[in-house]
Amino acid sequence: MFAKSSKAAQIAEEVTDFTAVQGRSLWQDARARFVQNRAARACVLVLALIVAFTIFGPLFAQWNNEEIDWDIIGNVAAQGMPSLATGHYFGVDDLGRDLYSRVIQATTTSLLVGLIGASMALFVGTIYGIISGFVGGRTDSIMMRIVDILMAIPATLVIILLLVVAGRSFFKLFIALGAVSWLSMSRIVRGQTLALKHREFIEAARAAGVSEITIMHRHILPNLLGVVVVYASLMVPEMILAESFISFLGLGVSEPYTSLGSLISEGAGTMAYGTLWQLAIPLFFYVAIIITMFFIGDGLRDALDPKDR
Amino acid sequence: MSLLTVQDLSVDFTTADGPVKAVTGINFDIQPGECLGIVGESGSGKSQTFMAAMGLLPANGRASGSVRLNGSEILNLATPELNKIRGSDVGMIFQDPLTALTPHLRIGEQMREVLQVHKGVVGRQARRLCLDWLDRVQMPVAARRLEQFPHELSGGMRQRVMIAMSMLCNPRLLIADEPTTALDVTVQAEILDLMAELQKEQGTAIALITHDMGVVARMCDRIQVMRQGGFVENGTATEIFHSPKHAYTQALLKAMPRIDAADAPQLFETQARPILRVDDVKVHFQMKMSGGLFGHWVPLKAVDGVSFEVRQGETLGVVGESGCGKSTLARAVLQLIEPTGGGVSWLGQPIVGLKRAELNKYRKDLQIVFQDPLASLDPRMTISASIAEPLLTYRPDLTRRERKMTVADMMERVGLDRTLFNRYPHELSGGQNQRVGIARAMINRPKLIICDEAVSALDVSIQAQIIGLLRQLQAEFGLALIFISHDLSVVRAISNRIMVLYLGRVVELADGETICAHPQHPYTQSLISAVPVPDPDIERSRCRIKLPGELASPLDPRAALRFLPSRLAAGETNYLPKLIQFAPDHYVAEHDPLELILEG
Repeated sequence: MFAKSSKAAQIAEEVTDFTAVQGRSLWQDARARFVQNRAARACVLVLALIVAFTIFGPLFAQWNNEEIDWDIIGNVAAQGMPSLATGHYFGVDDLGRDLYSRVIQATTTSLLVGLIGASMALFVGTIYGIISGFVGGRTDSIMMRIVDILMAIPATLVIILLLVVAGRSFFKLFIALGAVSWLSMSRIVRGQTLALKHREFIEAARAAGVSEITIMHRHILPNLLGVVVVYASLMVPEMILAESFISFLGLGVSEPYTSLGSLISEGAGTMAYGTLWQLAIPLFFYVAIIITMFFIGDGLRDALDPKDR
Repeated sequence: MSLLTVQDLSVDFTTADGPVKAVTGINFDIQPGECLGIVGESGSGKSQTFMAAMGLLPANGRASGSVRLNGSEILNLATPELNKIRGSDVGMIFQDPLTALTPHLRIGEQMREVLQVHKGVVGRQARRLCLDWLDRVQMPVAARRLEQFPHELSGGMRQRVMIAMSMLCNPRLLIADEPTTALDVTVQAEILDLMAELQKEQGTAIALITHDMGVVARMCDRIQVMRQGGFVENGTATEIFHSPKHAYTQALLKAMPRIDAADAPQLFETQARPILRVDDVKVHFQMKMSGGLFGHWVPLKAVDGVSFEVRQGETLGVVGESGCGKSTLARAVLQLIEPTGGGVSWLGQPIVGLKRAELNKYRKDLQIVFQDPLASLDPRMTISASIAEPLLTYRPDLTRRERKMTVADMMERVGLDRTLFNRYPHELSGGQNQRVGIARAMINRPKLIICDEAVSALDVSIQAQIIGLLRQLQAEFGLALIFISHDLSVVRAISNRIMVLYLGRVVELADGETICAHPQHPYTQSLISAVPVPDPDIERSRCRIKLPGELASPLDPRAALRFLPSRLAAGETNYLPKLIQFAPDHYVAEHDPLELILEG
């Protein structure tokens, strides 16, 4: 009954009302600019292919990422190279495990680390920054001094300590990366909030009796979302880099799971024995992800912020 | 032979939305020593004409046609050759003198660079020439200015430096692009006098680009009226002002507010009790000054004891130059800034120091319209959402549909088509956006609207429309208005009473007619005499009252006594001039006779 009457009202509204021209919002403008950016568009395509590979790749795999090919294990350099005949499309690693499956697994890990690390930064940093900037005064000073202190501690040290104390796991890795990444985000958001806070439309909202909390989420948040999105997109490759570095040190995700960083580390270790594919293939995926993410971030910045190019 | 001949000049821009024709095939010439005025509203292509002639178009602009300086073609010349002409044969002054000067170079260095590049003059001789020109543009303490940076000078002084710089090489043509638009009226009057003098003494021809008919009336021999990239009318100043032929020129002249207008509002006769009473309001900011180990705090008295009343249905105009505290006063009345002292009462209820929730009850009746129409609207919201925002707070009982209809009706009432409902601010013109701002202020049918420079950012014809709209709305809803502006002629066009502010204090308060025709305070007198009138005969025969010195800083405690030098001489530096009733409804602050002040 209820649903019906509201539906009826909606229809009535559409029938009797004037037809208003649909406006073009700043988001739509930004999307148009982004679509026009050829490099960014190509990079989105490449990234989409990589994501599709991680989803559909396992369907074609003949080995899983833990199985050891006992036929090859003693003679990796001679028989373990990429080949269709053995079913090891990307060859095998030093222990005779299928590199194809391992690369898929590692790429998934790295992409997840990037996404989750950046989104943690996005949520925590944005909320912290908005509150600090909008409330201002002493609250702002205290909140920003806390950020300053945390920033003064080297990020790698924090991550390593967290992982050593709490043990290594996927979940804890995300927590550790998130714990350091929101700091710079909160600073950027605070700066933007300070600039927006004194704009006339905020004053107009205040004169219209809008409450401070509503002003924060109705006027401040949408207007700094552009900057936040750009910064978060540039943060994704940074997170991947950080994770690779930790994995390279041997502190990242634990076996049998792997990430691109640890694969590269292993590949680099066996480089001298003529098994170059063990380095080249993970490195290719790694570089492809980082470069496309940077280009997409750049494209987003040009699209959302045409003045600051 | 004419100095500059422009034939069939066109300027095109390639933009993302296709080619734009900024200037379409215009012809004109400038004779040596004359002043040609190019008048038009924003977007008419008046600036682009001269930018194209000087080769200063942005990368996506293209100019065609012919521009000849002294008979030789200069359009689309290579940059090195143009550089020889720019600054030596042709000088240029721009609207914003701060952005036109390099911030990290001293005034002297910038001026000497011009001499070195164009004349090869360096060292002591260059310094002497610079000093000479700074003196000629009546720069106070010229020798010290050479060692100062641009940000240390006031707007008027910077513009003087710009003029001195462009005159260093004795150019035969001076292009002045809105040279006084960013300046206060009294400073504007001085700069215009200076330019007129240079024209007479040096025989420099001036091309004056402006939107202000009053400035043109004072300065120009011949006038070209420009619209949408083409000339619509040209003629001598007398012809254009007394017998304009083209409909656009006539409309432009009609739209121009005049301080001596006959149809301006008279004193509002009412027995009604005042709805707003402002009593000795003070807003002081603490400014940190350097000096000592930790610096020290100095109070900046932005508003320092202002009292007035507003009755229902009347308009109170507030005039003053930049930094006199007009906008701060508006915000203090609305409690957007908490006043440091004094009281504001609305319908007899004091509203200073109330909590947010209690204040919101009064905010329904007290609204504000801001200066910059684009900045006062949230760029991410549709205009209807912006207009509806106050409804969400004060009329939560409305259904979506009722709210939509209320907004659409209000849009129509302020002259916006309802099909614009879902548009965003960046898709509308400045005038339309200002109508949105007015609709938002009007949506709850308030009793008082404060217009803070509400029409200052708009073109003359749009300005006239908005003022017309405000007067209509006022008549229809019985609104009271507080109309704040730096432009006395605009204030005169809408206000019943006018209050003149000087450094946070009222110097004179009376009805519009009295303020404009019989001002008593020396400051008001100088302000009135500086306002340009769009009529060449009146404008050129008026005598100006020039007060000595620049507009003082509000940080200087002695500045408040600028019109009471006798008290200053007596050592009473803390004395505050009192407001004295001069006639019924006419209040004037204490001051010494004009002659004493003029002696400086």
